[in-house]
Amino acid sequence: MVVGLLAAAVWYFHGHTVPVLEPSGTVGHKERNLIIVGLLLAVLVVVPVYAMTIFISLKYREGNPKHKAKYSPDWDGDRRLELTWWAIPGIIILVLSVITWNSSHALDPFKPLVSDKPALSIQVVSLDWKWLFIYPTQGIASVNYLRVPVGVPLNFEVTSDSVMNSFWVPALGSQIYAMPGMSTQVHLMASKAGGFYGSSANISGAGFAGMHFTTQAVSQSQFSGWVKQRQQSPQPLSQSAYDGLATPTLNNPVAFYSHVKPGIFDDIILKYLPPSDREAANLHIPGASI
Amino acid sequence: MISAIAGLFGRLNGTALPHEPVTQGGAVLMVLSLLAVAAILTYFKRWKWLWKEWLTSVDPKKIGVMYIVIALLMLARGAADAVMMRIQQATSVGAHHGIISSDTFQQVFSAHGTIMIFFVGMGLMFGLINLVVPLQIGARDVAFPTLNAISFWLFASGMVLVNLSLVVGEFSAAGWLAYPPLSELKFSPGVGVDYWIWSLEVAGIGSLLSAINFITTIIKMRAPGMNLMKMPMFVWSVLGSLSLVAFAFPILTVTLTLLFLDRALGMHFFTAIGGGNPMMYVNLIWAWGHPEVYILVLPAFGVFSEIVPAYSRKALFGYTSMVWAIWAIVLLSFLVWLHHFFTMGAGANVNAFFGIMTMLIAVPTGVKIFNWLFTMYRGRVHFASPMIWFLGFVFLFTMGGVAGVLMAVPAIDFQVHNSLFLVAHFHTMIVTGVVFGFFAGITYWFPKFVGFKLHEGLGKLAAKLWIVGFVLAFGPLYILGLMGATRRLDHYDPSTGWQPLFIIAGIGVAIIVAGAAVQILQLVVSIIQRNENLDNTGDIWNARSLEWSTASPPPHYNFAHVPVVQSRDAWWVQKRGKKPQSQPYHSIKAPNNTASGVLAGAFSFVIGFGAIWHIWWLFGAGFLATILTVIIRSSSEDNEHTISAKEIAAIEGQRSYA
Amino acid sequence: MNEGTASSLRLTPKQQRREADDKTVFGFWLYLMTDCVLFGSLFATFVVLRNNTFGGPGGETLFSLNFVLAETLILLTSSFTCGLGILAARRGQKNLVLWLFGITFLLGLAFIGLELHEFNHLYNDGDSWRRSGFLSAFFTLVGTHGLHISTGLLWMGTMMVRVKKAGLSRLNVRQLTMLSLFWHFLDIVWIFIFTVVYLFGVVL
Repeated sequence: MVVGLLAAAVWYFHGHTVPVLEPSGTVGHKERNLIIVGLLLAVLVVVPVYAMTIFISLKYREGNPKHKAKYSPDWDGDRRLELTWWAIPGIIILVLSVITWNSSHALDPFKPLVSDKPALSIQVVSLDWKWLFIYPTQGIASVNYLRVPVGVPLNFEVTSDSVMNSFWVPALGSQIYAMPGMSTQVHLMASKAGGFYGSSANISGAGFAGMHFTTQAVSQSQFSGWVKQRQQSPQPLSQSAYDGLATPTLNNPVAFYSHVKPGIFDDIILKYLPPSDREAANLHIPGASI
Repeated sequence: MISAIAGLFGRLNGTALPHEPVTQGGAVLMVLSLLAVAAILTYFKRWKWLWKEWLTSVDPKKIGVMYIVIALLMLARGAADAVMMRIQQATSVGAHHGIISSDTFQQVFSAHGTIMIFFVGMGLMFGLINLVVPLQIGARDVAFPTLNAISFWLFASGMVLVNLSLVVGEFSAAGWLAYPPLSELKFSPGVGVDYWIWSLEVAGIGSLLSAINFITTIIKMRAPGMNLMKMPMFVWSVLGSLSLVAFAFPILTVTLTLLFLDRALGMHFFTAIGGGNPMMYVNLIWAWGHPEVYILVLPAFGVFSEIVPAYSRKALFGYTSMVWAIWAIVLLSFLVWLHHFFTMGAGANVNAFFGIMTMLIAVPTGVKIFNWLFTMYRGRVHFASPMIWFLGFVFLFTMGGVAGVLMAVPAIDFQVHNSLFLVAHFHTMIVTGVVFGFFAGITYWFPKFVGFKLHEGLGKLAAKLWIVGFVLAFGPLYILGLMGATRRLDHYDPSTGWQPLFIIAGIGVAIIVAGAAVQILQLVVSIIQRNENLDNTGDIWNARSLEWSTASPPPHYNFAHVPVVQSRDAWWVQKRGKKPQSQPYHSIKAPNNTASGVLAGAFSFVIGFGAIWHIWWLFGAGFLATILTVIIRSSSEDNEHTISAKEIAAIEGQRSYA
Repeated sequence: MNEGTASSLRLTPKQQRREADDKTVFGFWLYLMTDCVLFGSLFATFVVLRNNTFGGPGGETLFSLNFVLAETLILLTSSFTCGLGILAARRGQKNLVLWLFGITFLLGLAFIGLELHEFNHLYNDGDSWRRSGFLSAFFTLVGTHGLHISTGLLWMGTMMVRVKKAGLSRLNVRQLTMLSLFWHFLDIVWIFIFTVVYLFGVVL
């Protein structure tokens, strides 16, 4: 039976990828490595606990036929032993704390990635119930579809024009919340070409389950070709087109827009602020999530 | 005229009845079961008995039983929700859309979380606290018996509100913590979120009052000689847990009130516009929510600290470090709330600080596990069914802890947050920690309060089914999370390849349900065979603490003589010493029954119902009635009656000692 | 366990009552502590939202320090008379107790009157709790304190009736003691409100 189960598991995982453990992005790759390090450290505690549990349960069980097990009913403590199990997990946690501190800084989603290539800026808006991706430099936009070049740092600015959502492409790495009236950032980079699953990780109402999208990572030249093609799209992302898009829909089909109204992303954020503050607000300070 | 009358009912009108077959079925089933219970009570002429012996009782032993009965009924309700979710997620793929609509699905998971935490976890916890704490500290009662009844009835009233939403109106579809802006009026215009708010508000105030009551009981009413470091470890755990309740529940009260003010009066605490701040809600709710997890798990740890020494026939190992571990957990649990939202964009320093604080909790928790294992070491371990639950706990909880430590690293959390990996993690902690712990506790203390023990064979079978079912139900969820499956999906695409794992998880839940069915069977068989399993000694497990020194079930006054404590494991030491001389009995004062609790429950229900449906006159009337009742009742001491020495001698004379 | 300790465990009725007082007052302290956490949460909320005026008026234009100072003095005086009332209750001076709590009651009533006046004024000027996050937090924090004061007044009123009827019984003195604890606690909370809401609102 065990063999059968193993075979089924092998067959299943042969057919399916586990993106968090088999990432296609640089950030996701580092996070995968952290998971492995964490697991290895945990093994240092878990294996002794399991071994002790099995050993003690067998040896000191009532009616153990060997009758040799010692019985000391009043033995209620041992300073040195207790100190040991305060200390050993403590040391492991200390090691893990250092890793935590360093990785929190190294993988801070607001921190731009270091690369010799110029970054691509993508603005992400969560709507009821779909994702809008704006490529401000290229002047194009897409709904429920994200296309990115491989090996180029991607600077995502994320907001919501509805309730809270979470922008997550597991194959690339870190997720970040999308919240109305403010922008968060996440910096990612695809390391392999492919089509990846992305979704919202935070419940947002009736159409939540339909808020998934495909992220297509392609070569730089394929990406440029796609941009040129999309710039010819007949549908411009004017204010009225955006307002139509912002009305709630379920399972929105993929759509493409050209001629994105300049500054539309900032306008989406600013409308949540009082008129007096709109001019003063500086939305692009790195790390400013308000 | 008609509109004026309709206005009297606020938002309530004919459309409030359920629309979907599944919810209609649930509603009808619930109403029919209530009618059936009423019919049985009428047929057997038991209403008066119910009122006098139970509903108006101030005896913590009876209140404890009522808590546990409600909690087990709610466990059935929460499990039905879980089964629906599993069926939906196993079948709602591609062209198929499962058994329920997305709106119902969202109500179901919101209700599942709310009910399991507030009415199952808290209910089992307060049930065991009521039953065990007074006896373990050698007290005859709690500090404020009437207040204790009021706490229970507030809990019951909150429970009624949650379940009423199934029949009249709807429940929240915004998740068990109802994050704004989704839970604001603009995005959730119905009464669902209001039902959520008021059932928790009412039940939460009940918990807060209970905490005040039992902290006072533990601090002020211990038997002579029982200094703090001689208290049973369960009592220590309860003290830690209830200190957390006292500090955390006021935050919940405030948070729920502010959300309601936003919704009902148009305030701007958590709205996206108008100067509100939704992130503040997330902070506030977790400043309560994280301690809440430890509120539930500490008493479950306390149960294990009683069971392991009792069945190992050996003193608890490392008493002092156990106490330190409890208080380390209490303190740390207030310093970790931000780990629930590393993905909200706080800076790296803040995230790293909260991540490290979170990991630190693993240290005292690990210490407790090692101490339990060393309690068994050089003992004579009797593997009764509570110990099977304990072993399941050690293996599974440790795994869940590893997942927890991983998620405490912010950079790892970015990849698993709000995925099914997270769902699997917290179910591991709460099911194998809290639920297994309380099941073990119920099995262990059952003979003490009922007079006979539960069927052992079926108990072991149930524990094994739960453990196997748990592994199958939640193992796949860990993998699904790593595959990118987020929580709360009512539908997904076949190309994700998740369906086989969801089906395995469904099979796991079916096995858990089989385990629960065996538990029901166990109860029935145990009642039928009760004469073979009677506890005539009062100390059926040869256990250690004071509750085992009195009869099973204990007399109303718990102890004929107030016990005098000279050491830890007071009863263990006492029964190994020489038998004390018999002493004359003295009369004992005991509080009278009171309808105050039932009234508090009724009024709080009226207040909540009025607020939910915006029937403001009803809301006001509820408050007025409460105020008047308090004024009338507070002018007298708790009424007491005296149990004479003769009666006590008669009761004690019936007790047989083995 | 010897016979001596066991029989000395039996308490005289007087000791039992003292123990009951002790328990009740301890429990009441615990309640006050939870109320402290409640106000703490409201203060935290207020501090987070105090600059979120959303284009509406802030504290500097809405608050008059002189007015609030008058409220503060009234409440402080009421705390003083309440304290004297408890001293009188301990000495069994029934009439003095009624007088002093009567004055406390009137001062409390005056405080609530002034607060309602302020709220009414703000509301009529269009600066209600709907106007901004700041005003929501202001009305809720100050209003919660006001509700506590009103509860205290209700309690004080019933206590005066009971003292008048039943005299300074042990139960009545115990409840007066808890009432005074409650009243002083609300005074301290008000000092924080005065500082954080009004003073910082005008100055900072």
